[in-house]
Amino acid sequence: MRKIFYYFIFLAILGNLSLVFSKEIQDEFPVPPPPFSEGIYPCSQCHASMEINRKRRILNEHTNIKLQHAETMRWCLDCHNPENRDKLRLYSGELIDFGRSYLLCGECHGNIYRDWKAGIHGKRQGYFSGGKRTYLLCVHCHNAHSPQIKPIKPEPPPLKPKEIRNAR
Amino acid sequence: MQGRNFTRREFIRNFSMATFFGLSFPFLSSCGKEMVEDFLQKHFLEMTHEEKELIISRLEERYFKKYGKKFTVSIQEAIPNTLWGYGLDLSRCIGCRRCVYACIEENNCSRQEPQSQWIRVIRLRKGSLINLEDSEHYYNPDYVPEKEFIYIPVQCQQCENPPCVKVCPVHATWKEPDGLVVVDYNWCIGCRYCMAACPYRGRVFNWAEPNVPKDKWNLSVHYLGNRPRMRNVVEKCTFCIQRIRKGRYPACVEVCPTGSRKFGNLLDPQSEIRYVIQNKRTFRLKEDLNTEPKFYYFFEA
Repeated sequence: MRKIFYYFIFLAILGNLSLVFSKEIQDEFPVPPPPFSEGIYPCSQCHASMEINRKRRILNEHTNIKLQHAETMRWCLDCHNPENRDKLRLYSGELIDFGRSYLLCGECHGNIYRDWKAGIHGKRQGYFSGGKRTYLLCVHCHNAHSPQIKPIKPEPPPLKPKEIRNAR
Repeated sequence: MQGRNFTRREFIRNFSMATFFGLSFPFLSSCGKEMVEDFLQKHFLEMTHEEKELIISRLEERYFKKYGKKFTVSIQEAIPNTLWGYGLDLSRCIGCRRCVYACIEENNCSRQEPQSQWIRVIRLRKGSLINLEDSEHYYNPDYVPEKEFIYIPVQCQQCENPPCVKVCPVHATWKEPDGLVVVDYNWCIGCRYCMAACPYRGRVFNWAEPNVPKDKWNLSVHYLGNRPRMRNVVEKCTFCIQRIRKGRYPACVEVCPTGSRKFGNLLDPQSEIRYVIQNKRTFRLKEDLNTEPKFYYFFEA
């Protein structure tokens, strides 16, 4: 009888510990705030007074967003939560903040999420030891609605040897 | 004083030394104080800590006179149990040369006539194997990445078995305990043997005085790294020795817009570079030369 009692105490402690650890994992990735367009967040400042319309349609608002991210299979409310617009929604129904959107991206891009957690995909800045290391969210580099990276202008090339004047 | 006889050998030695110093006196007195100090400076590895401190205080003073800026010259030694390694994801690099220019800013490289660039981004046609002879580094399209090309940034590979160190006639370059190949610019005579020996073209000759704009100086410098160089010495990438020995990422890692550049300690199993080596397909450039570079290129599957 006593053994069983101890066993339960042990289990309880274990459960508490796991709670603590899961909380730590939440704060594990110190990311800067997500890059919202100006004045767009909190979403609920407009959406709170609106009725929820789950029908897939062409919107009159948000015309600057052009969905190029598996657009035939997906629509706004697959990721945005209809009831509480200030949250994102995982497949399981769990609501997350915009600051933890990597969980949402990781649902489809699991291998990339794994690399990102290890610090391989994406960029780390600051100190790798003895200081603060900053992570970036997926959406700091990829536009969530059109994630392909756009081409950029390269910096100028080095001079060719014959263009160098004071090399003699 | 009792009469003492010199042997012939002692006499010749003392006589020749006296002659040598006598002859060199007008030579040393004719040049400035700075030149004498430089001429009599010991090799960096043979100096004691106090001598090094003296040298850097002298350097800081000299830089202040010359450039009007308060530099802090570090002589921080290698951290024990470190061996720095670098990873570069070729499937993500878009050849934008942001790293090249971040490197120039961080390392106080000469800006004009000509710019001294420590990173060379080469462009290869897709589909041909990595054959560096077909590469080009003067490409200048309107937009990168281009569809039919891949880009390979090449800088000093910090070889474990560096050919540049072997050929230096004055031992002005050596491998530090943490694996970095460094140059003592005061000891370098500018013969460029090392540039000829390096199979990666990782070394650069400084043709010009560092004509850096006044507000662009990076004031946190290391003696073996990014301190302002004199003209006519050979310089090279040190993985930003002034940053990494303090635990900070190199400048090219921080600036890369695609996050292709990875850096870490090869002896630390938790480091990013070890994850790359364990989980990705890596290769090193010109492995057949047995130089054992610590610069790992890798592909995403």
